[in-house]
Amino acid sequence: MTTLVKVPEYKNTQKTKDRIISIIIGFFALAWLFPIAWTIWSSLRPYNDVIANGVFSVPKTLNFENYYNAIRLMKLPMYLTNSFLITFPAVVLTLGFGSLIAFVVSRYSFKFNVALLLFFTAGNLLPQQLVFIPLFKMYLWIGDLFGNRALLYDNILGVVLIHVAFQLGFATFVLSSYLKTIPKEISESAMVDGASVWVHYTQIILPLLRPPLASLAVLMTTWIYNDFFWALVLMKSDSKRPITSALARLQGEFVTDFNLLAAGAIVAALPTLLIFILLRKQFVSGLTLGSTKG
Amino acid sequence: MTSTATNTTVRRRRAFSRKDRITLSAFVGIPTAFHILLVWVPAIGTIGLSFTFWSGIHISDIKWAGIENYNNIFTGTPVFWEAIWHNVIWLLWFGLIATPLGILLAYQIDRQIRGHRFYESAFFVPVVLSLAVTGIIWNFMLQPGGFVQGILGRDISNPISFYGNYDINTYVILGIASWRHIGYIMLLYLSGLKSVDPSLKEAAAIDGATEWQTFRKVILPTMKPVNIIIIVITVIDSLRAFDIVYMIYGSGTGWPILGILVFQNISGGGMSMKGAAYAVILFALCIGPMITYLKQSFAEDVK
Repeated sequence: MTTLVKVPEYKNTQKTKDRIISIIIGFFALAWLFPIAWTIWSSLRPYNDVIANGVFSVPKTLNFENYYNAIRLMKLPMYLTNSFLITFPAVVLTLGFGSLIAFVVSRYSFKFNVALLLFFTAGNLLPQQLVFIPLFKMYLWIGDLFGNRALLYDNILGVVLIHVAFQLGFATFVLSSYLKTIPKEISESAMVDGASVWVHYTQIILPLLRPPLASLAVLMTTWIYNDFFWALVLMKSDSKRPITSALARLQGEFVTDFNLLAAGAIVAALPTLLIFILLRKQFVSGLTLGSTKG
Repeated sequence: MTSTATNTTVRRRRAFSRKDRITLSAFVGIPTAFHILLVWVPAIGTIGLSFTFWSGIHISDIKWAGIENYNNIFTGTPVFWEAIWHNVIWLLWFGLIATPLGILLAYQIDRQIRGHRFYESAFFVPVVLSLAVTGIIWNFMLQPGGFVQGILGRDISNPISFYGNYDINTYVILGIASWRHIGYIMLLYLSGLKSVDPSLKEAAAIDGATEWQTFRKVILPTMKPVNIIIIVITVIDSLRAFDIVYMIYGSGTGWPILGILVFQNISGGGMSMKGAAYAVILFALCIGPMITYLKQSFAEDVK
């Protein structure tokens, strides 16, 4: 950036300054990563070893025993499965619904287009707690209506639906602002050719939306996987909870073996860490699309 | 661009076939109905319920309470004011310290100082972790016999109570929350900075502007839309804070905050409409920032 600056003294002092700044930020960057690194390190040694020899002692053994035990004793595979059963359908439904609204709003003109978008975006900003009591009652009531109290409440389906309803606002907002930047000519020619609305959506709009859909998928997967409020209040049975809300309880149960708990937390963090490492670009561009439109 | 778009769409508004009309209504109708039913109806329901007495069991038991729940909260519940105070401190801390630090980081990383790629990732990692995981990691760092205690020379029998000591627990909690917040703000700001025309910064540098002058006079004004979004996110996140406090203290009032008070009163066995009133207060505080956000995001559309 500063290569074009012609004044040599300015350039030199700036260089020294930059080096100092870089060192300071580097120190903090390492400090930022340290808690995670330390947790991983500790999860590889038995808690008894730490208790007996102190927290800074050199470990006698380093192995994956805590992981083995955490997976077995904490039933992590069950909770992880629940997490995936909630996250995957919720993301697919959110993106599907979001793209439908974005398509109509940006390609057909109705009076209430902006109002509709405003409405969805506002819904996304509401505090979750504001929605809970009537939602809970409604879930029980709909369940009773179908003769199955656990149709929505205490059921993965109920958690999926509320995630979709909430995240829909953000997805719609991002997808419609993306579509607005794409020239309408492509759509116009399709309509002149007499393509139906359905064909227009599936053959033209969906392929165009591939990049923002990919970014949103990554972002939404992380958000929904990480959330624990909804599962906490909408799931009565612990065995149906996703791993994040299960951790809140496991923390109390396994407080006597903190290294085991550390291993459990690392296992719970792995899916999002992997997503971040592998799909960092999509993750960042998803956030960018939502925050710096225009 | 907006005006030409409207013109063409007006021209285009010819008769849709019956099938197309049904498809279009379904495309908009189904997701909208779904959203209204699961988000807006319950939200309005909560506002209504906050003016009633109800144990949450039989609909027929609902009794009109007027403003009694609010009255009870404002005058008869000292913990409410304690919670509000914590939310205010949270907001001040985020607003005056964490968010500016995130912006500062973004600014330096955007200048591509040495190692900027690594720094960007390092500060962002905590953002992708669930707050449940974050809670456990920090509980682990701060526990008796843990790393931080060890650094401070405390052994397992003589620990500092980071969460129980009222002189320090607020800072400990805010520190943990900032661990995540700073990275989040950094990334949002960084994406905004990347869209600032580099020649602006060069021009400022050639004119002999100092770093600080360039930042204040050139970067900040051009970043106005992002600034507003970031301020709103800071305020709303400070008000809605819940997860990390729940991971540390559970649903008790070890460190009351508005989000926890709502949770206490709406979940589990003891549901009362005082919880609804707490939720409405939380919502009322969020309205201002929400409107600011919407105004910013939809400014061009409304024009």
